[in-house]
Amino acid sequence: MVLFVIFCPIIAAILIIVGAPARKTALAASVLALAAALFLLASFQHLRRDFQHVTSFTISPEWHLSFTTGVDGLSLAMVLLATIVTFAAIWFAGKIEKYENAFYACLLFISGGAIGAFASIDLFFFYAFHELALIPTFLLIGIWGSENRIAAAWKITIYLAVGSFILLIGLILLYQSVPTASRSFDIRALEAAAGLGQISPDAQRHVYLLLLIGFGILISLFPFHTWAPEAYAAAPAPAAMLHAGILKKFGLYGLLRLAVPLLPVGARHWTNLLLVLLLGNIIYVGLVTIAQKRLDWMLGYSSVMHMGYIFLGIASAGILGVTGAVILMFAHGLSIALLFGLAGELRKRTGTLIFDELGGLAKVMPFAGLAFGLGAFAAIGLPGFANFAGEIMIFFGAFRNGWEIGSFHIFQVATVLALWGVVISTVYMLRAYRKTFMGALNERWNGLVDLRPGLRVPAALLVGALLCYGFFPQSFVRMITPAFRTYLSANRSHLTDMQTCNHGAVRRPPAVGLDDGNARQGRGYNELARR
Amino acid sequence: VSVIKAPQLEIAVLVLGMVILMFEAFAAKIDKRILAFAAIAGLVVILVATFFVTPVPAPYQAAGFWNFYTADRLSIFFKQFALLTTILVLIMMIDYAPVVRSSFSGARDGLGEFFAVPIFTCAGLMYLVSAIDFIFIFVSLELVTISFYVLVSFTRRNPVTLEAGVKYLVLSALSTAFFVYGIAWIFGATGQTNLQRVTEALANADTNQSAALLGMVLVLVALGFKIAAVPFQIWVPDVYQGAPTPVTAYLSVGSKAAGFVVLLRVLRPFLALPQMQRLLILIALLTLIYGNLAALPQGDLKRLLAYSSIAHAGYLLIGVVCLDGSAVVFYLVAYLLMTLLSFAVLVIVAQQTGEQISDFDGLGQRSPFLAFAMLIGMVSLAGVPFTAGFLGKFFIFYAAILQRQIGLVVVGVITVGCGFYYYLKVIRAMYWQSTAKLDMIPVTGLSRFAISALIVATIWLGVYPQPILNMLKR
Repeated sequence: MVLFVIFCPIIAAILIIVGAPARKTALAASVLALAAALFLLASFQHLRRDFQHVTSFTISPEWHLSFTTGVDGLSLAMVLLATIVTFAAIWFAGKIEKYENAFYACLLFISGGAIGAFASIDLFFFYAFHELALIPTFLLIGIWGSENRIAAAWKITIYLAVGSFILLIGLILLYQSVPTASRSFDIRALEAAAGLGQISPDAQRHVYLLLLIGFGILISLFPFHTWAPEAYAAAPAPAAMLHAGILKKFGLYGLLRLAVPLLPVGARHWTNLLLVLLLGNIIYVGLVTIAQKRLDWMLGYSSVMHMGYIFLGIASAGILGVTGAVILMFAHGLSIALLFGLAGELRKRTGTLIFDELGGLAKVMPFAGLAFGLGAFAAIGLPGFANFAGEIMIFFGAFRNGWEIGSFHIFQVATVLALWGVVISTVYMLRAYRKTFMGALNERWNGLVDLRPGLRVPAALLVGALLCYGFFPQSFVRMITPAFRTYLSANRSHLTDMQTCNHGAVRRPPAVGLDDGNARQGRGYNELARR
Repeated sequence: VSVIKAPQLEIAVLVLGMVILMFEAFAAKIDKRILAFAAIAGLVVILVATFFVTPVPAPYQAAGFWNFYTADRLSIFFKQFALLTTILVLIMMIDYAPVVRSSFSGARDGLGEFFAVPIFTCAGLMYLVSAIDFIFIFVSLELVTISFYVLVSFTRRNPVTLEAGVKYLVLSALSTAFFVYGIAWIFGATGQTNLQRVTEALANADTNQSAALLGMVLVLVALGFKIAAVPFQIWVPDVYQGAPTPVTAYLSVGSKAAGFVVLLRVLRPFLALPQMQRLLILIALLTLIYGNLAALPQGDLKRLLAYSSIAHAGYLLIGVVCLDGSAVVFYLVAYLLMTLLSFAVLVIVAQQTGEQISDFDGLGQRSPFLAFAMLIGMVSLAGVPFTAGFLGKFFIFYAAILQRQIGLVVVGVITVGCGFYYYLKVIRAMYWQSTAKLDMIPVTGLSRFAISALIVATIWLGVYPQPILNMLKR
C-alpha cells in the first residue's frame, strides 16, 4: 500500500508524458493516492512503535542498501499531508495554456518524490526521492512562472542542489560513523547502532552540523532562506503549494528522523547556534515579512518565518516540543497551501498581487475572502486550528526544557522572543487580509467572479483538515508519539551514560504523560549534577 | 575452461578492421554505410564473446607474452567498455555521414576509412587496458593516438577541424615524448619495465627512489594529457570543438577511460610515496576548479562538453587519489553512458540547427524524444539521483570522505553546484525557450534504439548499480 502511494503519482506522471489526458489522469492519481493514504491511516496500529506496511527490495548486499518503505506515525503524518496538498494543488491547477501535459507531470513528480522520501526507511532512497523534485521545480518556475521567473528558478535550483550535496556529505559521514560491521543505509539499523552508543560524540557533532546546514538550506533556515520567497512568488500557484506545503517539510522530517534520534550529543552541542538561527527566522524574517508590499512575497516570507517555530520544537528535543513541531509541520503545510492556492486564483483574475492595487475584494469574491481569512487565522495560530495546537505545544515544550536546569536559560529567552513572532505574524497576516479583501473596492475589480463551486472543494478540504486536527489534536498526538518514544527512551539511557554532556544545553522533558515527569526528571538531573 | 582466450579478442578486432579496409579499397561501388553496419555487427559479436572469457591474471614472473599482457577482470571489463564505446560511436558516425560526405568533393567520400579507423582505435584501447609493461603501454597508446590523429582531422576541408588536428598532433606528440622520457628514467632507476617488477624494485632499498619518482612524474604528465587534467588540458576545448562530433565523443570517453586505466595500473607501484598523493590532490583540485569554472560561460554545446569532460576528469581524479579503483570504474561507466547520450543527441540536432546551446531552443516541442534524451544526459552529468551520474559521484565522494580528504570534498561540492548551472542551461534552452522553427527532427531507427538503450541504462544503473559492482568484485 505504501508503494502504491509513492508510485501512483510517478506512474501517472509517466503516463501523462506518454500522452494520457493530463488533468484527468493527474486528478485520478491524486485521489487514489489520498484514498490510499487514508487507508494507511485507518489501518495504522497506534500502539506499535516500529514501521508498518514494510516492503523491502535488496539493491546491494555489500553496501546494505535496499529499497525499503514503510510508515510509522511521523512518516504517516507527512504522507497524509503530502497527499492532501497534492490533491488540492492539482485541483487548483485548472486548465493550463502552455504544455499542459508537462505541467501536470512535473507536479506529480514533485509529489511522488516527496511521498517517496517520507516513506523510505532507507537513507539512500530517502535522499534520492527528494531530489526527484529538483528538475520539475526548475521547469515549473522557468516555464510557467510569473515575472521574476528566470532569476528565481536559477536561485532555487542552485541553492537546493548545493544544499542537497552538503546533506549528502553529511549522510555519507553518518553512514561511515558507525563501525564497519553495522554500516547500513537502513534507518532502523542506524537507530539501533546509535542506541548502542556506536556513534562517537565527535562524529555526532560533525554530522549534525552538516545535516543542519544541508537540511537547513532545504528548509530555508535563517541565513539560507533567500531563495524561498523569491521562488514562491515566481512559481505558479500549484508549484508553490507543493513546495511550501510539502517539500520544505522534507528537511524538517529529515532532522526529526535522523538528527534528533541518532545524534543527541550533536544536537546538544549545536543547540545554541540553532536557537540563534531560528530566532533569525522568527524575528528578522518576521519583520521583513511585515515590510512586504506584495501578497505573494508576503506569503513566501511568512512560510520562511513559520519554520522558526518548528525549529524551536525540534531544538527542544523533548517529546512535547517535537510532537508540537510535527503538528505544526502538518498544519503549516495545509494553511500555506491554502493561502498560496487562493493567491494564485487572485493572480489569475487580477493579474497583480500588489497590496496597493487590491482592496475590498471580499465584496466580489466572498468565498475567497472567507477561505483566505480562515487560512490567515490558521497561519497566525488562532485556537481551533491545528496550527494553534502545534505552536502551543512547541512553546510549552521549549520553555519547560530549560526550566529543568533550574535557572533562567537561553531556552526561555528564545521562547519568549519567539512568542513575539505570533504578534508579528498577526500584524502581517491581518494587514494583508485588510489590504486585499477589506476596505474600498477598486473600480477595476467590479467584474471579478468568485471561486466557482468546483474550486471550493480543495479549499474546503484544506480548511476542514485544519479544523479537524485543531479540535482533535489528540488523535494526531496518539499517532506520532510512539515513533518518538522509541528513541527518546533510548536516548535517555544513552544520555545518562554520556560523561561529556554539556549541562547548559538541552534537557529532556518527560514523556507525554506529564504525571510523574517532574519527579523523574529531577532525579535525572540530580544524577547528572552529582557527577 | 572457455574456448575463447583473451588475446584472441584483439586479434578478432584487428582482422575485422582489415576486412573493412579491404572492402573499402576493392568494392568501391557499395554504399559505404554498409561497412559501418558490418563493423557494428562484428564488434557486437566480439562484445558478446567477451562475456565467455574467463579472467586470467598474468602469472607471477611470467615470461614472453604474459610478461606484458594481462587478462584480469579489470582488463576484460574495460575491453567490453571499449567495444561498447566503439559500437555507439560507429552508430553516431552513421548519423554524421552526410557531414563527412559534404566535406569531400568528387567521387571519393572517404567514408570507408571513417568507419574503419575507429576499429583500430578500439583494438588499441583493448590492448592498452591489458598492458602491464611500460613498453607495451607505450605501443598500444601509440596505436590509439595515431588513429586519433587521422580521425580528429578527418573532415580536413574545414579549417577548424584542421586546426584541431594540428593541435592534437603537436601536443600529443609532445606528451608521447614525455612518456618515453619518463619510462627511460624509471627503467634507469629500477632496471625493469614490467609494472610488477618495478613495484618490487621500488621496495628495494638500493633503488634510487627520486629518479624513479621523476620518471613517474614525467609519465604523469603524459597521462594528464590523455585524461585532460589541468595543467595539460589546453588542447581539449579547441580539439573537441573542431573534431567531427562522433570523434569528439570517442576522444572524451575512450581516450579518457584508457588514460584512467593506465593511471590506475601505473600508479600502483608508486602509491607508497606520499609526494605522489600530494601532487595528485593538487592536480585534482585544479582540474575540478578549472573545468567547472571555465564551463560556466560557454555558449557552444560542444565546447561546454569539452570543459565538462575536464571537470569529470577532476571527479575521477578524486577517486584515483583515494585509490578507490571501483569508484573510478563505476564513474567511468556512468560517464560513458551519459556522455555518449549527450553526443548522440548533439550529432543529430547539430545537423538541423547548429552546435550552440541556443540552437537547442524549443527542442522540447520539436522533438520530445531527443529533448528527453538530452535531459537525462544533462541531469546525469549534473548528478541528480536515480541516474548513473549521481551514483558515480556518490561513490567518489564516499571514498573521499572515508579518506578524510576535506579539501577535495569541499571543492567537489562547490563545483557540483557550478555543474548544475551549466548543465541546466541546456535544459533551459530545450524547454523554456521557444523557437520559430517547428519542423520535426528525423531520427533513424538505429539511433533511436541506441539512444533509448542509453537512457534506460543511465536510469537503470542509477537505481540498481549492482550488476557493475558485481563485475568489479574481486
